[in-house]
Amino acid sequence: MSPRTSRVNVAVAVAKKDLLVEWNSKILMNQVAPFAAIVMVMFAFALDNDGILQRVAPGLVWLATLFSMLIVVQRSFAVETADGALDALRVAGVDPAAIFAGKSFALMVQLCALETMLVGTAVVLYGVELTLGGLGQMVVTMVAATIGLGCVGTLYGGLAAGVKGRETLLPLLLLPVVAPVLIGATRATEAAFGSGGAEISEGWPWIVLLGIFALVFSTVGSVAFGPLVDE
Amino acid sequence: MAVRLRAVNISTETRLSTGTVATRRLGALAIVMLTVLAVLALIISPEDVNQGSTVRIMYVHVPTIWVAYMAFILTAVCSATYLSGRNRSLGWDRVAGASAEIGVLFVALSLLTGSLWGRITWGTYWVWDARLTSTAFLFITYIGYLAVRRLDGTQRQRARRSSVLALLAVLEIPLVHFSVRLWRSLHQEASVATGGTDVELDDLMLFSLFFGLAAFSVLFVWLLLHRQRMLYLEDAMSSQGLDAAIEARRKEAVR
Repeated sequence: MSPRTSRVNVAVAVAKKDLLVEWNSKILMNQVAPFAAIVMVMFAFALDNDGILQRVAPGLVWLATLFSMLIVVQRSFAVETADGALDALRVAGVDPAAIFAGKSFALMVQLCALETMLVGTAVVLYGVELTLGGLGQMVVTMVAATIGLGCVGTLYGGLAAGVKGRETLLPLLLLPVVAPVLIGATRATEAAFGSGGAEISEGWPWIVLLGIFALVFSTVGSVAFGPLVDE
Repeated sequence: MAVRLRAVNISTETRLSTGTVATRRLGALAIVMLTVLAVLALIISPEDVNQGSTVRIMYVHVPTIWVAYMAFILTAVCSATYLSGRNRSLGWDRVAGASAEIGVLFVALSLLTGSLWGRITWGTYWVWDARLTSTAFLFITYIGYLAVRRLDGTQRQRARRSSVLALLAVLEIPLVHFSVRLWRSLHQEASVATGGTDVELDDLMLFSLFFGLAAFSVLFVWLLLHRQRMLYLEDAMSSQGLDAAIEARRKEAVR
Protein backbone atom coordinates (compact mmCIF):
# COMPACT_ATOMS: atom_id res chain seq x y z
CA MET A 1 0.00 0.00 0.00
CA SER A 2 1.43 3.37 -0.97
CA PRO A 3 1.75 6.02 1.74
CA ARG A 4 -0.88 8.07 -0.04
CA THR A 5 -3.60 5.43 0.06
CA SER A 6 -2.71 4.53 3.62
CA ARG A 7 -3.10 8.16 4.62
CA VAL A 8 -6.51 8.32 2.96
CA ASN A 9 -7.48 5.06 4.66
CA VAL A 10 -6.45 6.42 8.06
CA ALA A 11 -8.40 9.62 7.47
CA VAL A 12 -11.48 7.63 6.48
CA ALA A 13 -11.08 5.37 9.51
CA VAL A 14 -10.77 8.34 11.90
CA ALA A 15 -13.80 10.04 10.34
CA LYS A 16 -15.83 6.83 10.52
CA LYS A 17 -14.81 6.35 14.13
CA ASP A 18 -15.87 9.89 15.10
CA LEU A 19 -19.20 9.58 13.30
CA LEU A 20 -19.80 6.19 14.86
CA VAL A 21 -19.12 7.61 18.32
CA GLU A 22 -21.63 10.35 17.56
CA TRP A 23 -24.13 7.86 16.13
CA ASN A 24 -23.98 5.78 19.30
CA SER A 25 -23.98 8.64 21.80
CA LYS A 26 -26.40 10.91 19.89
CA ILE A 27 -24.92 13.97 21.61
CA LEU A 28 -25.37 16.10 18.49
CA MET A 29 -28.99 15.11 18.06
CA ASN A 30 -30.05 15.06 21.71
CA GLN A 31 -28.07 17.98 23.08
CA VAL A 32 -26.38 20.23 20.52
CA ALA A 33 -29.26 20.49 18.06
CA PRO A 34 -31.78 21.37 20.81
CA PHE A 35 -29.28 23.93 22.12
CA ALA A 36 -29.01 25.49 18.65
CA ALA A 37 -32.79 25.55 18.35
CA ILE A 38 -33.25 27.25 21.72
CA VAL A 39 -30.65 29.85 20.73
CA MET A 40 -32.78 30.63 17.67
CA VAL A 41 -35.87 30.97 19.88
CA MET A 42 -33.97 33.20 22.32
CA PHE A 43 -32.88 35.46 19.46
CA ALA A 44 -36.55 35.88 18.62
CA PHE A 45 -37.28 36.88 22.23
CA ALA A 46 -34.39 39.35 22.24
CA LEU A 47 -35.27 41.00 18.94
CA ASP A 48 -39.06 40.67 19.26
CA ASN A 49 -40.00 41.87 15.80
CA ASP A 50 -40.90 39.81 12.74
CA GLY A 51 -39.46 42.31 10.27
CA ILE A 52 -36.12 42.55 12.06
CA LEU A 53 -35.90 38.77 12.50
CA GLN A 54 -36.38 38.20 8.80
CA ARG A 55 -33.74 40.82 8.03
CA VAL A 56 -31.11 39.45 10.44
CA ALA A 57 -31.95 35.75 10.09
CA PRO A 58 -28.76 34.96 8.07
CA GLY A 59 -26.51 36.35 10.81
CA LEU A 60 -28.43 34.52 13.52
CA VAL A 61 -28.21 31.21 11.67
CA TRP A 62 -24.43 31.51 11.49
CA LEU A 63 -24.03 32.80 15.04
CA ALA A 64 -26.00 29.81 16.30
CA THR A 65 -23.81 27.59 14.13
CA LEU A 66 -20.64 29.03 15.66
CA PHE A 67 -21.91 28.65 19.23
CA SER A 68 -22.95 25.06 18.59
CA MET A 69 -19.67 24.37 16.86
CA LEU A 70 -17.79 25.24 20.05
CA ILE A 71 -19.63 22.44 21.81
CA VAL A 72 -19.14 19.95 19.00
CA VAL A 73 -15.40 20.68 18.84
CA GLN A 74 -15.02 20.26 22.62
CA ARG A 75 -16.86 16.99 22.35
CA SER A 76 -14.80 15.81 19.38
CA PHE A 77 -11.59 16.18 21.38
CA ALA A 78 -13.00 15.12 24.74
CA VAL A 79 -13.51 11.73 23.08
CA GLU A 80 -9.86 11.71 21.99
CA THR A 81 -8.24 12.77 25.23
CA ALA A 82 -10.46 11.01 27.78
CA ASP A 83 -8.45 7.78 27.65
CA GLY A 84 -5.39 9.02 25.81
CA ALA A 85 -6.73 7.92 22.42
CA LEU A 86 -5.03 10.77 20.59
CA ASP A 87 -1.66 9.96 22.20
CA ALA A 88 -2.15 6.31 21.29
CA LEU A 89 -2.73 7.24 17.66
CA ARG A 90 0.40 9.41 17.63
CA VAL A 91 2.49 6.73 19.35
CA ALA A 92 1.27 4.24 16.76
CA GLY A 93 2.94 6.47 14.19
CA VAL A 94 -0.26 7.59 12.52
CA ASP A 95 0.25 10.59 10.24
CA PRO A 96 -1.14 13.69 12.03
CA ALA A 97 -2.30 15.13 8.70
CA ALA A 98 -4.51 12.06 8.25
CA ILE A 99 -5.93 12.42 11.77
CA PHE A 100 -6.56 16.07 11.01
CA ALA A 101 -8.35 15.25 7.76
CA GLY A 102 -10.46 12.55 9.37
CA LYS A 103 -11.50 14.60 12.37
CA SER A 104 -12.18 17.66 10.22
CA PHE A 105 -14.37 15.65 7.91
CA ALA A 106 -16.41 14.18 10.78
CA LEU A 107 -16.83 17.68 12.20
CA MET A 108 -17.93 18.99 8.80
CA VAL A 109 -20.61 16.31 8.49
CA GLN A 110 -21.98 17.19 11.92
CA LEU A 111 -21.87 20.92 11.21
CA CYS A 112 -23.70 20.44 7.90
CA ALA A 113 -26.46 18.59 9.70
CA LEU A 114 -26.71 21.41 12.26
CA GLU A 115 -26.74 24.12 9.60
CA THR A 116 -29.48 22.37 7.64
CA MET A 117 -31.55 22.26 10.80
CA LEU A 118 -30.83 25.92 11.58
CA VAL A 119 -31.79 27.08 8.07
CA GLY A 120 -34.98 25.06 8.43
CA THR A 121 -35.63 26.76 11.77
CA ALA A 122 -35.11 30.16 10.17
CA VAL A 123 -37.64 29.30 7.47
CA VAL A 124 -40.21 28.11 10.01
CA LEU A 125 -39.67 30.54 12.90
CA TYR A 126 -38.41 33.69 11.20
CA GLY A 127 -40.54 33.50 8.06
CA VAL A 128 -37.54 33.46 5.71
CA GLU A 129 -38.42 32.62 2.11
CA LEU A 130 -36.09 30.44 0.10
CA THR A 131 -36.38 30.27 -3.70
CA LEU A 132 -34.94 27.41 -5.73
CA GLY A 133 -31.95 29.52 -6.82
CA GLY A 134 -31.53 30.68 -3.24
CA LEU A 135 -31.57 27.10 -2.06
CA GLY A 136 -28.78 26.20 -4.48
CA GLN A 137 -26.68 29.11 -3.30
CA MET A 138 -27.42 28.21 0.32
CA VAL A 139 -26.06 24.71 -0.24
CA VAL A 140 -22.86 26.03 -1.84
CA THR A 141 -22.45 28.55 0.99
CA MET A 142 -22.93 25.85 3.59
CA VAL A 143 -20.37 23.56 1.98
CA ALA A 144 -17.76 26.33 1.57
CA ALA A 145 -18.27 27.70 5.08
CA THR A 146 -18.33 24.28 6.67
CA ILE A 147 -15.02 23.18 5.15
CA GLY A 148 -13.37 26.25 6.68
CA LEU A 149 -15.10 25.81 10.03
CA GLY A 150 -14.31 22.10 10.19
CA CYS A 151 -10.60 22.70 9.56
CA VAL A 152 -10.25 25.63 11.97
CA GLY A 153 -12.32 23.85 14.62
CA THR A 154 -10.16 20.74 14.45
CA LEU A 155 -6.94 22.75 14.47
CA TYR A 156 -7.78 24.86 17.54
CA GLY A 157 -9.65 22.00 19.18
CA GLY A 158 -6.46 19.97 18.94
CA LEU A 159 -4.51 22.81 20.52
CA ALA A 160 -6.86 23.07 23.49
CA ALA A 161 -7.34 19.31 23.82
CA GLY A 162 -6.46 17.76 27.13
CA VAL A 163 -5.50 20.93 28.95
CA LYS A 164 -7.12 22.35 32.03
CA GLY A 165 -9.49 25.19 31.29
CA ARG A 166 -10.00 24.29 27.63
CA GLU A 167 -13.74 24.97 27.87
CA THR A 168 -13.08 28.63 28.42
CA LEU A 169 -10.02 28.86 26.20
CA LEU A 170 -11.51 27.45 23.00
CA PRO A 171 -14.09 30.21 22.39
CA LEU A 172 -11.44 32.88 22.97
CA LEU A 173 -9.13 31.29 20.42
CA LEU A 174 -11.68 30.13 17.90
CA LEU A 175 -14.17 32.97 17.57
CA PRO A 176 -11.73 35.65 16.34
CA VAL A 177 -10.36 33.23 13.74
CA VAL A 178 -13.77 32.35 12.33
CA ALA A 179 -14.83 36.00 12.03
CA PRO A 180 -14.22 35.93 8.24
CA VAL A 181 -16.54 32.91 7.97
CA LEU A 182 -19.24 34.70 9.94
CA ILE A 183 -18.94 37.74 7.69
CA GLY A 184 -18.76 35.81 4.42
CA ALA A 185 -21.40 33.21 5.23
CA THR A 186 -23.82 35.81 6.58
CA ARG A 187 -23.56 37.97 3.46
CA ALA A 188 -23.86 34.98 1.13
CA THR A 189 -26.88 33.73 3.08
CA GLU A 190 -28.46 37.19 2.92
CA ALA A 191 -28.22 36.91 -0.84
CA ALA A 192 -29.69 33.40 -0.78
CA PHE A 193 -32.54 34.46 1.52
CA GLY A 194 -33.02 37.76 -0.28
CA SER A 195 -32.86 39.56 3.09
CA GLY A 196 -33.06 43.33 2.79
CA GLY A 197 -33.67 43.00 -0.95
CA ALA A 198 -30.28 41.37 -1.62
CA GLU A 199 -29.86 39.72 -5.04
CA ILE A 200 -28.56 36.17 -5.44
CA SER A 201 -25.67 37.41 -7.60
CA GLU A 202 -24.39 39.48 -4.65
CA GLY A 203 -23.61 36.28 -2.77
CA TRP A 204 -20.94 34.77 -5.00
CA PRO A 205 -18.00 37.06 -4.06
CA TRP A 206 -18.61 36.11 -0.43
CA ILE A 207 -18.57 32.44 -1.32
CA VAL A 208 -15.17 33.05 -2.92
CA LEU A 209 -14.02 34.51 0.42
CA LEU A 210 -15.29 31.38 2.18
CA GLY A 211 -13.45 29.26 -0.37
CA ILE A 212 -10.16 31.11 0.24
CA PHE A 213 -10.60 30.65 3.98
CA ALA A 214 -11.28 26.94 3.55
CA LEU A 215 -8.27 26.53 1.28
CA VAL A 216 -5.90 28.38 3.62
CA PHE A 217 -6.94 26.54 6.76
CA SER A 218 -7.17 23.08 5.24
CA THR A 219 -3.60 23.46 3.96
CA VAL A 220 -2.20 25.06 7.10
CA GLY A 221 -4.17 22.72 9.33
CA SER A 222 -2.64 19.58 7.89
CA VAL A 223 0.84 21.02 8.46
CA ALA A 224 0.29 22.61 11.88
CA PHE A 225 -1.87 19.92 13.48
CA GLY A 226 1.10 17.59 14.04
CA PRO A 227 3.24 19.99 16.10
CA LEU A 228 0.18 21.09 18.08
CA VAL A 229 -0.89 17.65 19.30
CA ASP A 230 2.59 16.12 19.35
CA GLU A 231 3.33 16.19 23.06
CA MET B 1 20.74 42.52 20.25
CA ALA B 2 20.15 38.88 19.38
CA VAL B 3 23.64 37.96 20.51
CA ARG B 4 23.13 39.72 23.79
CA LEU B 5 19.79 37.94 24.45
CA ARG B 6 21.33 34.58 23.71
CA ALA B 7 24.20 35.18 26.05
CA VAL B 8 21.78 35.81 28.90
CA ASN B 9 19.61 32.82 28.09
CA ILE B 10 22.25 30.17 27.99
CA SER B 11 24.17 31.34 31.02
CA THR B 12 23.80 28.69 33.70
CA GLU B 13 24.16 30.94 36.70
CA THR B 14 20.88 32.29 37.92
CA ARG B 15 20.83 36.05 37.74
CA LEU B 16 18.90 37.65 40.52
CA SER B 17 18.28 40.96 38.81
CA THR B 18 16.90 41.69 35.40
CA GLY B 19 18.98 44.84 35.06
CA THR B 20 22.48 45.31 33.72
CA VAL B 21 24.52 48.44 33.10
CA ALA B 22 23.30 48.45 29.50
CA THR B 23 19.62 48.16 30.39
CA ARG B 24 19.96 50.87 33.03
CA ARG B 25 21.42 53.20 30.44
CA LEU B 26 18.70 52.24 28.00
CA GLY B 27 16.06 52.87 30.68
CA ALA B 28 17.51 56.28 31.42
CA LEU B 29 17.52 57.06 27.70
CA ALA B 30 13.87 56.01 27.45
CA ILE B 31 12.91 58.29 30.34
CA VAL B 32 14.76 61.24 28.85
CA MET B 33 13.26 60.67 25.40
CA LEU B 34 9.74 60.30 26.74
CA THR B 35 10.14 63.50 28.75
CA VAL B 36 11.36 65.35 25.68
CA LEU B 37 8.44 63.86 23.74
CA ALA B 38 6.00 65.12 26.37
CA VAL B 39 7.45 68.62 26.08
CA LEU B 40 7.42 68.46 22.29
CA ALA B 41 3.90 67.08 22.11
CA LEU B 42 2.23 69.14 24.80
CA ILE B 43 4.03 72.48 24.58
CA ILE B 44 6.27 73.04 21.58
CA SER B 45 4.32 71.50 18.69
CA PRO B 46 1.57 73.70 17.25
CA GLU B 47 -2.17 73.10 17.43
CA ASP B 48 -3.91 71.60 14.44
CA VAL B 49 -5.97 73.91 12.22
CA ASN B 50 -9.07 71.75 12.52
CA GLN B 51 -8.56 69.60 15.57
CA GLY B 52 -6.91 72.09 17.92
CA SER B 53 -5.15 70.48 20.85
CA THR B 54 -6.73 67.05 20.37
CA VAL B 55 -4.14 66.36 17.67
CA ARG B 56 -1.61 65.94 20.50
CA ILE B 57 -3.04 62.50 21.22
CA MET B 58 -1.46 61.47 17.92
CA TYR B 59 2.02 61.64 19.46
CA VAL B 60 1.09 58.76 21.75
CA HIS B 61 -1.49 57.01 19.60
CA VAL B 62 0.66 56.46 16.51
CA PRO B 63 3.83 55.32 18.35
CA THR B 64 1.88 52.84 20.51
CA ILE B 65 0.34 51.07 17.53
CA TRP B 66 3.73 51.18 15.77
CA VAL B 67 5.35 49.47 18.75
CA ALA B 68 2.51 46.94 18.89
CA TYR B 69 2.98 45.97 15.24
CA MET B 70 6.73 45.75 15.76
CA ALA B 71 6.17 43.56 18.83
CA PHE B 72 3.85 41.15 17.02
CA ILE B 73 6.22 40.89 14.06
CA LEU B 74 9.03 40.08 16.50
CA THR B 75 6.82 37.46 18.15
CA ALA B 76 6.19 35.81 14.79
CA VAL B 77 9.88 35.92 13.79
CA CYS B 78 11.03 34.47 17.12
CA SER B 79 8.34 31.77 16.95
CA ALA B 80 9.40 30.78 13.45
CA THR B 81 13.03 30.73 14.57
CA TYR B 82 12.13 28.55 17.54
CA LEU B 83 10.28 26.06 15.37
CA SER B 84 12.88 25.97 12.61
CA GLY B 85 15.98 25.97 14.80
CA ARG B 86 17.80 22.72 15.35
CA ASN B 87 18.53 23.25 19.02
CA ARG B 88 15.17 24.87 19.74
CA SER B 89 16.42 27.31 22.32
CA LEU B 90 13.67 28.35 24.73
CA GLY B 91 15.20 31.81 24.63
CA TRP B 92 13.42 32.49 21.34
CA ASP B 93 10.15 31.45 22.91
CA ARG B 94 10.67 33.75 25.86
CA VAL B 95 11.45 36.72 23.61
CA ALA B 96 8.31 35.88 21.58
CA GLY B 97 6.22 35.76 24.75
CA ALA B 98 7.68 38.94 26.23
CA SER B 99 7.18 40.74 22.94
CA ALA B 100 3.54 39.64 22.67
CA GLU B 101 2.84 40.84 26.21
CA ILE B 102 4.21 44.28 25.44
CA GLY B 103 2.35 44.27 22.12
CA VAL B 104 -0.97 43.58 23.85
CA LEU B 105 -0.31 46.39 26.31
CA PHE B 106 0.46 48.84 23.52
CA VAL B 107 -2.52 47.85 21.37
CA ALA B 108 -4.68 48.45 24.43
CA LEU B 109 -3.12 51.91 24.87
CA SER B 110 -3.59 52.61 21.19
CA LEU B 111 -7.26 51.59 21.25
CA LEU B 112 -7.76 53.67 24.40
CA THR B 113 -6.11 56.83 23.06
CA GLY B 114 -7.82 56.31 19.71
CA SER B 115 -11.27 56.05 21.23
CA LEU B 116 -10.70 59.11 23.40
CA TRP B 117 -9.63 61.04 20.33
CA GLY B 118 -12.63 59.66 18.43
CA ARG B 119 -14.98 60.80 21.16
CA ILE B 120 -13.73 64.36 20.87
CA THR B 121 -13.35 64.47 17.09
CA TRP B 122 -16.09 62.20 15.76
CA GLY B 123 -18.35 62.42 18.81
CA THR B 124 -18.20 58.65 19.39
CA TYR B 125 -15.80 56.26 21.06
CA TRP B 126 -16.04 53.65 18.37
CA VAL B 127 -16.88 53.42 14.68
CA TRP B 128 -17.15 50.14 12.76
CA ASP B 129 -14.32 51.10 10.53
CA ALA B 130 -12.25 48.33 8.95
CA ARG B 131 -9.02 49.44 10.57
CA LEU B 132 -10.51 49.78 14.04
CA THR B 133 -12.31 46.48 13.85
CA SER B 134 -9.20 44.66 12.66
CA THR B 135 -7.19 46.22 15.47
CA ALA B 136 -9.74 44.98 17.99
CA PHE B 137 -9.35 41.49 16.52
CA LEU B 138 -5.59 41.80 16.72
CA PHE B 139 -5.94 42.65 20.42
CA ILE B 140 -8.21 39.68 21.16
CA THR B 141 -6.09 37.27 19.12
CA TYR B 142 -2.98 38.05 21.16
CA ILE B 143 -4.88 37.91 24.43
CA GLY B 144 -5.71 34.35 23.33
CA TYR B 145 -2.03 33.78 22.55
CA LEU B 146 -1.07 34.91 26.06
CA ALA B 147 -3.74 32.64 27.54
CA VAL B 148 -2.26 29.68 25.67
CA ARG B 149 1.16 30.52 27.09
CA ARG B 150 -0.27 30.14 30.59
CA LEU B 151 -1.69 26.67 29.97
CA ASP B 152 -0.48 23.71 32.01
CA GLY B 153 2.41 21.77 30.62
CA THR B 154 6.16 21.78 30.29
CA GLN B 155 8.14 24.71 29.00
CA ARG B 156 8.69 22.84 25.73
CA GLN B 157 4.96 22.28 25.31
CA ARG B 158 4.30 25.94 25.98
CA ALA B 159 6.94 26.94 23.45
CA ARG B 160 5.62 24.68 20.72
CA ARG B 161 1.96 25.51 21.20
CA SER B 162 2.51 29.22 21.36
CA SER B 163 4.93 29.26 18.42
CA VAL B 164 2.44 27.49 16.19
CA LEU B 165 -0.28 29.82 17.41
CA ALA B 166 1.83 32.91 16.73
CA LEU B 167 2.38 31.72 13.16
CA LEU B 168 -1.34 30.98 12.75
CA ALA B 169 -2.04 34.53 13.89
CA VAL B 170 0.14 35.83 11.05
CA LEU B 171 -2.23 34.06 8.65
CA GLU B 172 -5.39 34.90 10.49
CA ILE B 173 -4.86 38.62 10.81
CA PRO B 174 -4.61 39.43 7.08
CA LEU B 175 -7.68 37.25 6.45
CA VAL B 176 -9.67 39.02 9.14
CA HIS B 177 -8.48 42.40 7.93
CA PHE B 178 -9.35 41.57 4.32
CA SER B 179 -12.81 40.28 5.15
CA VAL B 180 -13.60 43.17 7.49
CA ARG B 181 -12.57 45.60 4.76
CA LEU B 182 -14.79 43.81 2.30
CA TRP B 183 -17.60 43.89 4.85
CA ARG B 184 -17.22 47.64 5.42
CA SER B 185 -16.66 48.59 1.82
CA LEU B 186 -20.03 47.22 0.82
CA HIS B 187 -21.99 48.35 3.83
CA GLN B 188 -20.78 51.82 4.69
CA GLU B 189 -19.23 54.74 2.85
CA ALA B 190 -15.53 55.27 3.49
CA SER B 191 -15.27 56.30 7.08
CA VAL B 192 -13.49 59.18 8.72
CA ALA B 193 -10.43 57.22 9.71
CA THR B 194 -9.48 56.28 6.17
CA GLY B 195 -9.83 59.85 4.94
CA GLY B 196 -6.71 61.05 6.70
CA THR B 197 -4.12 60.02 4.15
CA ASP B 198 -3.71 63.36 2.40
CA VAL B 199 -3.29 65.34 5.58
CA GLU B 200 -0.33 67.72 5.48
CA LEU B 201 1.70 67.77 8.63
CA ASP B 202 3.66 70.76 9.83
CA ASP B 203 7.43 70.13 10.03
CA LEU B 204 7.54 70.38 13.81
CA MET B 205 4.56 68.06 14.11
CA LEU B 206 6.23 65.58 11.83
CA PHE B 207 9.44 65.79 13.84
CA SER B 208 7.53 65.25 17.09
CA LEU B 209 5.76 62.26 15.59
CA PHE B 210 8.99 60.62 14.46
CA PHE B 211 10.62 61.45 17.75
CA GLY B 212 7.67 59.74 19.43
CA LEU B 213 8.23 56.63 17.30
CA ALA B 214 11.88 56.58 18.34
CA ALA B 215 11.10 57.18 22.03
CA PHE B 216 8.50 54.42 22.20
CA SER B 217 10.78 52.05 20.28
CA VAL B 218 13.51 52.56 22.88
CA LEU B 219 10.93 52.00 25.60
CA PHE B 220 9.87 48.79 23.85
CA VAL B 221 13.42 47.42 23.68
CA TRP B 222 13.98 48.27 27.33
CA LEU B 223 10.74 46.60 28.43
CA LEU B 224 11.46 43.61 26.21
CA LEU B 225 14.93 43.04 27.69
CA HIS B 226 13.61 43.13 31.22
CA ARG B 227 10.53 41.07 30.53
CA GLN B 228 12.34 38.27 28.73
CA ARG B 229 14.90 38.08 31.55
CA MET B 230 12.02 37.94 34.00
CA LEU B 231 10.56 35.03 32.03
CA TYR B 232 13.98 33.37 32.02
CA LEU B 233 14.11 33.64 35.81
CA GLU B 234 10.57 32.26 36.11
CA ASP B 235 11.47 29.30 33.91
CA ALA B 236 14.69 28.72 35.83
CA MET B 237 12.80 28.86 39.11
CA SER B 238 10.15 26.38 38.01
CA SER B 239 12.80 23.93 36.71
CA GLN B 240 14.79 24.33 39.93
CA GLY B 241 11.64 23.81 41.96
CA LEU B 242 11.06 20.52 40.17
CA ASP B 243 14.67 19.42 40.63
CA ALA B 244 14.49 20.24 44.33
CA ALA B 245 11.26 18.27 44.72
CA ILE B 246 12.74 15.23 42.96
CA GLU B 247 15.83 15.51 45.16
CA ALA B 248 13.67 15.59 48.29
CA ARG B 249 11.71 12.48 47.20
CA ARG B 250 14.98 10.68 46.49
CA LYS B 251 16.21 11.40 49.98
CA GLU B 252 12.97 10.05 51.42
CA ALA B 253 13.33 6.89 49.37
CA VAL B 254 16.90 6.34 50.54
CA ARG B 255 15.88 6.80 54.14
